[in-house]
Amino acid sequence: MLEIRKLRAGANGREILRGIDLSVGAGEVHAIMGPNGSGKSTLARVLAGHPEYQVTDGEVRYDGQDLLAMDPESRARAGVFMAFQYPVEIPGVNNTYFLKAALNAIRGARGQSELDAMEFMTLVRDRMAHLGIDETLLNRPVNEGFSGGEKKRNEIFQLAVLEPRLAILDETDSGLDIDALKIVAQGVNAMRQPDRAFLVVTHYQRLLNYVVPDFVHVLADGRIIRSGGKELALELEEKGYGWLETTVGS
Amino acid sequence: MAATLNSYAAEWERAERTHSRNRPAALTRIRESALHEFLSRGFPTARDEEWRFTSIAPIVDQTFWLSSEPAAGTLDVDIDALRLPGTPAAELVFIDGRYAAALSRHPTLPHGVRVESLAAAVASRHQAIALALTRVAGFEHQPFIALNTAFLSDGACIELAEGAIVEQPIHCLFIATGPVNGEAPMSHPRSLMLLGPNSQASVLTTYAGPAGATYFTNAVTEIVLGEHAVLDHATLQHESASGYHVDAIHVQAHRSSTCTLHAINTGAALARNDVVASLNGEGIECTLSGLYLADGQRLVDNHTTIDHAQPHCTSREIYKGILADRARGVFNGKIVVRPDAQQTDAKQTNRALLLSEDAQIHTKPQLEIFANDVKCTHGAAVGQLDDDALFYLRSRGLSAADARQLLIHAFAADVLARLPIVPVRARVEERLRRHLAGARLAA
Repeated sequence: MLEIRKLRAGANGREILRGIDLSVGAGEVHAIMGPNGSGKSTLARVLAGHPEYQVTDGEVRYDGQDLLAMDPESRARAGVFMAFQYPVEIPGVNNTYFLKAALNAIRGARGQSELDAMEFMTLVRDRMAHLGIDETLLNRPVNEGFSGGEKKRNEIFQLAVLEPRLAILDETDSGLDIDALKIVAQGVNAMRQPDRAFLVVTHYQRLLNYVVPDFVHVLADGRIIRSGGKELALELEEKGYGWLETTVGS
Repeated sequence: MAATLNSYAAEWERAERTHSRNRPAALTRIRESALHEFLSRGFPTARDEEWRFTSIAPIVDQTFWLSSEPAAGTLDVDIDALRLPGTPAAELVFIDGRYAAALSRHPTLPHGVRVESLAAAVASRHQAIALALTRVAGFEHQPFIALNTAFLSDGACIELAEGAIVEQPIHCLFIATGPVNGEAPMSHPRSLMLLGPNSQASVLTTYAGPAGATYFTNAVTEIVLGEHAVLDHATLQHESASGYHVDAIHVQAHRSSTCTLHAINTGAALARNDVVASLNGEGIECTLSGLYLADGQRLVDNHTTIDHAQPHCTSREIYKGILADRARGVFNGKIVVRPDAQQTDAKQTNRALLLSEDAQIHTKPQLEIFANDVKCTHGAAVGQLDDDALFYLRSRGLSAADARQLLIHAFAADVLARLPIVPVRARVEERLRRHLAGARLAA
């Protein structure tokens, strides 16, 4: 589904990703771990099309398409979704209005009909119930005044409504207490299915206790220095990132 | 400029020959002295501090005429689209500043409420009306008010007796016509709103004209609020993109009255709005909110003055501007707190959203505080659309154009939400959409 080859990218003339190779198949959950500054979040944002980052080399294929040539909305409409590390507060834009516009833009691109207000609300209520999200949140401006936990849950709620094929979670676990983390993980697990892939970017192993990955990749200094199964995450938790950086010793 | 002044003098003489016979002498005297004031001072120039950023050359450089024909049936404006939906308490329609009875609506007004044309009010009660005119909006050192007063003949006259309450809004609709044989029309609407003690009203004043037509509207509105009176007044300036609009609203507020003024500007090649609120009693609440939108090469200038003359008054002011293309905005917000006005609570905010590199805003808060126990704050912010917010919306599938539209709309939302007449909000939103669809937006 996703093929990343020799990807180099940076921001403001500073190179952050120094040659990433990664294959993600449909139905798989890949965890990207690494210390702060290793480039994890940059990878997530480059895949979502954040304009602040420039790709200098390499390519990314998504379902055979040149992902890097697509603008952010085309990626979203093709089924790519990134749950933001820091969801943006947008005063004055109603959450429901925004989500309905997003869903209908994506449905339109898929050749599906737009949902009317009733159908939309039925869908939204169902997803909210699963994630334990209060309905009053719908009538508030997007993320405005939300607590850190509410923002993260709102991201997973959007994920559940928009039903992407490739979901990228950028440090969705940071700032969540253990109960909120479990709810978010349940939401993600409920979305796992054979034609949907997840890229879970995280600093800590904690989330991976609940969202169990098929593959774990360790990123350091803009490169994947080690890949393995879910046990790699446990090893990292025990020994810390320093262990890998010294053993790999580039 | 001399040539222009002569043309105004000639138009004045011409109007005087035709109409002066039935006019009360008191009014003629006011017109004469205002003309004298205007001719002796002329138009303001860029050397005048109040006009530094607003060149009125396009107005000075051409000649405008009083339209001589009575309201023509071949008006190139869709009046019905401008009418207030539902049943307003009254809807006065003016064509080139002249009352058009056939187009106006007067459902039964509550007891103690008079809504009529100023001309009719002058005809029936000339002494009282002449006494009220120029009391709130004096014309000394005010060239455009002097010009308006020199040509003063018609406009809206709204009077509420003590305790009178009008629940439905009153709509004053001023429609300009376009040039006839190359002669661009001018009008000088003069309105009076006199609210007695404990009275309440909501008034909407709309200015519009035929799309693309050149004309000059120079309006003056004088408002007096008695003790505990409540007024909500909204101006919708939807003039033609080639029209010139100069507008002064002067308010004299008395003890414990509530004065809320909205200024929505979406039209005109050049619009200059002066709002002056004198808070002359204790416990007055004054709210000024404004939204202006300009694209192309248009200019919108908002000058506001809130004069706190007495203690314990609250003023809130929020103006927001959206400027696209090469448009320019000017905001000057003066707050005066006089020595007696202790416990004044004044807050001013103005924000501008620049949608292109070439759009400009000149913004100046001007606080003159002579009392020591007061709370006065002001804040100005100029910005572009938030890139992070744009990316967030696009990353969820919204097109770049839709994302921008949504953010622009969000920027204006809080000012729009203050408009009490709900259909008016929808009307302004529609204008926003229409203008911004055509504007070149910065990438």
